[in-house]
Amino acid sequence: MSEAARTTIDQAEVDRFSAMAAEWWDPTGKFRPLHKFNPIRLTYIRDMVCGQFGRDPKAHRPLEGLRILDIGCGGGLLSEPMARMGADVLGADASEKNIGIAKAHAAGSGVPVDYRAVTAEALAEAGESFDVVLNMEVVEHVSDVDFFLTTCASMVRPGGMTFVATINRTMKAAALAIFAAENVLRWLPRGTHQYEKLVRPEEIEKPLNAAGLTVTDRTGVFFNPLLNQWNLSKDMDVNYMLVARRASA
Amino acid sequence: MTDVIEPDAIKPDAPMLDVLVAGGGYVGLSLAVSIKKAAPHLAVEVVDGAPEHVWQKDERASAIVAAARNLLDVLGVWNEIAPEAEPIRRMVITDSRTADPVRPVFLTFEGAGSGDDGQPFAHMVPNRAMTGSLLRQAELLGIPVRWSTSAEGFATGQHATDVNLSDGSARKTRLLVACDGVRSKLRDMAGIKTVRFDYGQSGIVTTVEHERPHDGTAEEHFLPAGPFATLPLTGNRSSLVWTERTEDARRLVESDDLVFEEELERRFGHKLGALKVVGGRRAFPLGLTLARAFIAPRFALAGDAAHGIHPISGQGLNLGFKDVAALAETIVEADRLGLDIGAVSVLERYETWRRFDTVRMGVTTDVLNRLFSNDATPIRVLRDVGLGIVDRLPGLKSFFIRQAEGTTGGGHPRMLVGQRI
Repeated sequence: MSEAARTTIDQAEVDRFSAMAAEWWDPTGKFRPLHKFNPIRLTYIRDMVCGQFGRDPKAHRPLEGLRILDIGCGGGLLSEPMARMGADVLGADASEKNIGIAKAHAAGSGVPVDYRAVTAEALAEAGESFDVVLNMEVVEHVSDVDFFLTTCASMVRPGGMTFVATINRTMKAAALAIFAAENVLRWLPRGTHQYEKLVRPEEIEKPLNAAGLTVTDRTGVFFNPLLNQWNLSKDMDVNYMLVARRASA
Repeated sequence: MTDVIEPDAIKPDAPMLDVLVAGGGYVGLSLAVSIKKAAPHLAVEVVDGAPEHVWQKDERASAIVAAARNLLDVLGVWNEIAPEAEPIRRMVITDSRTADPVRPVFLTFEGAGSGDDGQPFAHMVPNRAMTGSLLRQAELLGIPVRWSTSAEGFATGQHATDVNLSDGSARKTRLLVACDGVRSKLRDMAGIKTVRFDYGQSGIVTTVEHERPHDGTAEEHFLPAGPFATLPLTGNRSSLVWTERTEDARRLVESDDLVFEEELERRFGHKLGALKVVGGRRAFPLGLTLARAFIAPRFALAGDAAHGIHPISGQGLNLGFKDVAALAETIVEADRLGLDIGAVSVLERYETWRRFDTVRMGVTTDVLNRLFSNDATPIRVLRDVGLGIVDRLPGLKSFFIRQAEGTTGGGHPRMLVGQRI
């Protein structure tokens, strides 16, 4: 039972996000940075998935027929677009409140997403598997990164892939992503990120490799204040994303 | 005109319109065509309060710059317009009092534009030809265009905007785009304020026939009352934009043909032989109206509804086409990412893209107009020297050519450089 009792849920984090849940879909509210960040991460995911599965990214519903898990889906900022692109999306979040908001919003938009208040461990235990597992801006909020990533990796089907996006544990990230974003620019509520919970790329790659996946792409993401938009960058010191694939059976 | 859209008739995952375009002028029509062409699955509809065929009475012609021509080319309408388009191969700009026997020429732009494609930097296109071919394209793409139907009011919700139409029907749409002109009713309903400068001037617009060919030359004479521009049309015809104080303009338009033609000849001169006014003459009040915001939740402004500018440099319509290129690309790319095309976070890209360019163009045009509509000696000397300098500095001159072509202003929407979205 010791393994089954192991959890990736950090209750304090779940409570913090639950408290802000009503604001998920307000593009000018507390989650504004995530709304601004959405196009760049969606483009990255769409283009990589289209490359892997031989789809045309300019086509209507290019992800048709692919089963995708959005773990830590929050209010569904990622799940809804993925479903509109044609994917069969399971949005999972530890917060019942988030799932409630996400369900209500998807119903209003008329986008079908299977939202469940469930943990990654529970899904893995139930034998669920996916073509794509999305871990976007989540690992810096879980309690056991190693176990969380191993669990998520176990649900990636042969020929499938997983995406991880997070913030690096560097002094630059502490200055920009935490101090500047929370205290100077006030983009994020104070306490959104804690330095010690940030994750270095090698801490992500190790468990993924151990689970039989191969990291095939890494990129930094950088905010250009002049253009008021996010761009891909070689610099992975602050925000970064990476992709790992499981070989076909 | 009886195909009222019922929610059940639309495919179940899109139980509403994606884009409702209010305004069936070139901005509205080209926006609808641009979106539908790149994303055929989006439900797009156009409504316009004007009766059907009213556009056929429009006798004006417009200068279409190279960037706008590229857009019309991508939309598949340029081929149809081309036979009626007259290339502007040469631009002459002078500054003089009406009575001056010889007008000093300060600026000439010869031949092709700045590009290497040998294309002229602009074409004169009859408005009718442009609207007609855009309408045919809309029909081909299956975009409903409803005349005598205006948007009477709307209420914006979290997932859609409910729009009431004047025919008593209603629409739900993810995005409402107001292309309803400089006095946009929808802009006011959206609570978007404007900044307005009134010049107290009007532009008289008419077409003349002349004995000798114009050789593709456009002329702009900066007369004390304001600019007097002649733009080449097909055959021995030219389109005129003649600026006067609003009261004088009204008097001229209402005067009998003899008086009007005599006043016209004093300004046009005799270099192309005898003149004859063909078609009607109308006066349009000039001013600069800038919307303080171009977007709101599930709402965007395009064309004159966003920015009505003084037609002194012929940029109003071309700014409208740039709005179309930027807004269509914003919408189509967001849709390809599965994003909500009516969300402010999506529409912000369009606003950022267009506002800088618009404000710069508006201010430049405003300054030009104030500068040139003034007969005070120090200002005359200043601008004469200024124009002389421009003509002698190749860099500055090519900037003006690019400005006239519509290819300045960085980070181009793809259609303006001839690419599909």
